[in-house]
Amino acid sequence: MNYKNREKVIAHSIFLLGSLIVLYPFFSILFLALSEPGKRISGFTVPSGIYFDNFIKAWTDGGFSSGLFNSFVVVFGVVSITIFCSTLAAYAFEKLDILGVTPLFALLLIGLVLPYESIVISLYYTMKSYNLSNTYWSLILPQIGLSIPFSIFWLRASFKAIPNSLSEAAMIEGADRLIILIKILLPQMIPAILTLTVLLFMWTWNEFLLALIMIQDAEMRTAPLALSYFAGNKRYGDPAITAAAAIWVALPVLIIYIFLQRRFISGMVTGAVKE
Amino acid sequence: MSTKNIYRPQSKIDYSLYLYILPAFIFYIIFVLFPLADTFFNSFTQWNGISEKKWVGLDQYINNLQNKKITSSIKHSFILIIFYSVLPIIIGLLIAGIMIRVKINGMATYRAILFLPQILSMIVVGIAWRWIYAPKGPLNSGLDFFGLEEVSRAWLGSFDYALPFVGLIGTWVMFGFTMILFIAGVQKIPTELYDAAKVDGAGAISEFFNVTLPNLKGEIIVALVFTVTLALRNFDLIYITTGGGPGTSTMIPSMFIYKKAFQMNQVGSASSLGIMLTLLIFTLVSLILIIFRDKK
Repeated sequence: MNYKNREKVIAHSIFLLGSLIVLYPFFSILFLALSEPGKRISGFTVPSGIYFDNFIKAWTDGGFSSGLFNSFVVVFGVVSITIFCSTLAAYAFEKLDILGVTPLFALLLIGLVLPYESIVISLYYTMKSYNLSNTYWSLILPQIGLSIPFSIFWLRASFKAIPNSLSEAAMIEGADRLIILIKILLPQMIPAILTLTVLLFMWTWNEFLLALIMIQDAEMRTAPLALSYFAGNKRYGDPAITAAAAIWVALPVLIIYIFLQRRFISGMVTGAVKE
Repeated sequence: MSTKNIYRPQSKIDYSLYLYILPAFIFYIIFVLFPLADTFFNSFTQWNGISEKKWVGLDQYINNLQNKKITSSIKHSFILIIFYSVLPIIIGLLIAGIMIRVKINGMATYRAILFLPQILSMIVVGIAWRWIYAPKGPLNSGLDFFGLEEVSRAWLGSFDYALPFVGLIGTWVMFGFTMILFIAGVQKIPTELYDAAKVDGAGAISEFFNVTLPNLKGEIIVALVFTVTLALRNFDLIYITTGGGPGTSTMIPSMFIYKKAFQMNQVGSASSLGIMLTLLIFTLVSLILIIFRDKK
């Protein structure tokens, strides 16, 4: 075996080991969820057959049909409004000479580092005083505010990559700013906006603390919140049904990840480095 | 709306430009900056969420700093930084150091798998690990299999082991991310630098410290900021795995904020703890940026 081949074998072994460590917890709950209902299984038993009973039980007992629906409503509201507002703002910051960019960016930087755990109390009392707690708005509105700093930074970096000559030529011909954005720049921004959509979808889908605080009615729970109640109430109950419930909640993000994994990874890795 | 300003006259400000940033800033101000200011104000009061707020100055801060449970929760956060940041960064750096110039097939698949823990809800991750650590779960079954029945226990129910075992979940979540980040960074380092080091007779170890490490500075800053803030916030995972217990052995500040505000009705005290957590994170992030940028 020559030097080069030995290096490759070492690299493959490291990645295989890493992959096994990552995948083990997933397979272990997948086996648990697919196991025969009521049968005690331990960590190392391979299931004797595939049973979907736990998935059905989790779906009907845990209220996940409404949980998944609520989560989709919240995600749709947050993602669409955030992308709309952030695109306009990032365009103005990058392509139009707006005064005071530096202080405005410093202001946005606060939101990028701020642990939102510390401001949820105030959000709760504000929402309650406007009778908005326990509604979709109590989840959608704060998450738009929290998503905006990252989105503006991300979109602004993408606007920067488009040469100014394009928009300036149109401006000399007297085109309106909004027309330039829609007709000339947006078509070039589609990949960046798609990546941002995927990231915002994931973050909003997985959000937990805000839902825990704002939502009191069982029918209004988002999927992760429904899962936490389900897992909490049955802590000493059947772990197989809890495992099936966890898979229901993870499934939508997982499906999108399988198709768009490059966007997730490049979005988070390059998005982080750009900052 | 005038579009004549292609010559960008400095004298006249075109206020219509601000309409573009207005919607975003309305959301940002109402739902982020205002709550932050409100929390700051509440942190100087005593308030149960219903009655009149009573101004108490710095009392809440002093009480928090004198409360042993709270100071130890901050200590827990620092222990979690070892598991969330230090371990994944060391693992990532070591592997990136080995991977210089290695080009293998299937890298995209490995990357997709290693990144997986980043995309999932921490509630799902917590439930998976709760099963692994369960009294009759895979970890204990594995120990029994090797004849180590005496070692097996309810890991998350143990005063001594709950915190490091929750920390290990953080290591599991983070190590794929740091690996991908650092391997991508290593591949951007010009090979001439390594050739030059070889000519100078550098071994693998000096190559790592003199070429790899300094050129990964940007990636290391990113990894530190990302993992340290997560270690300090970390609400979801603690909530679903231990809830801060047993006792207060895995209690962290964000969990205290939740309990104080929503179970004990101590809104003023919770707010001051929130401001303390914010300041702690801002300080650590600034420190990371200052320490690592200056060494250029």
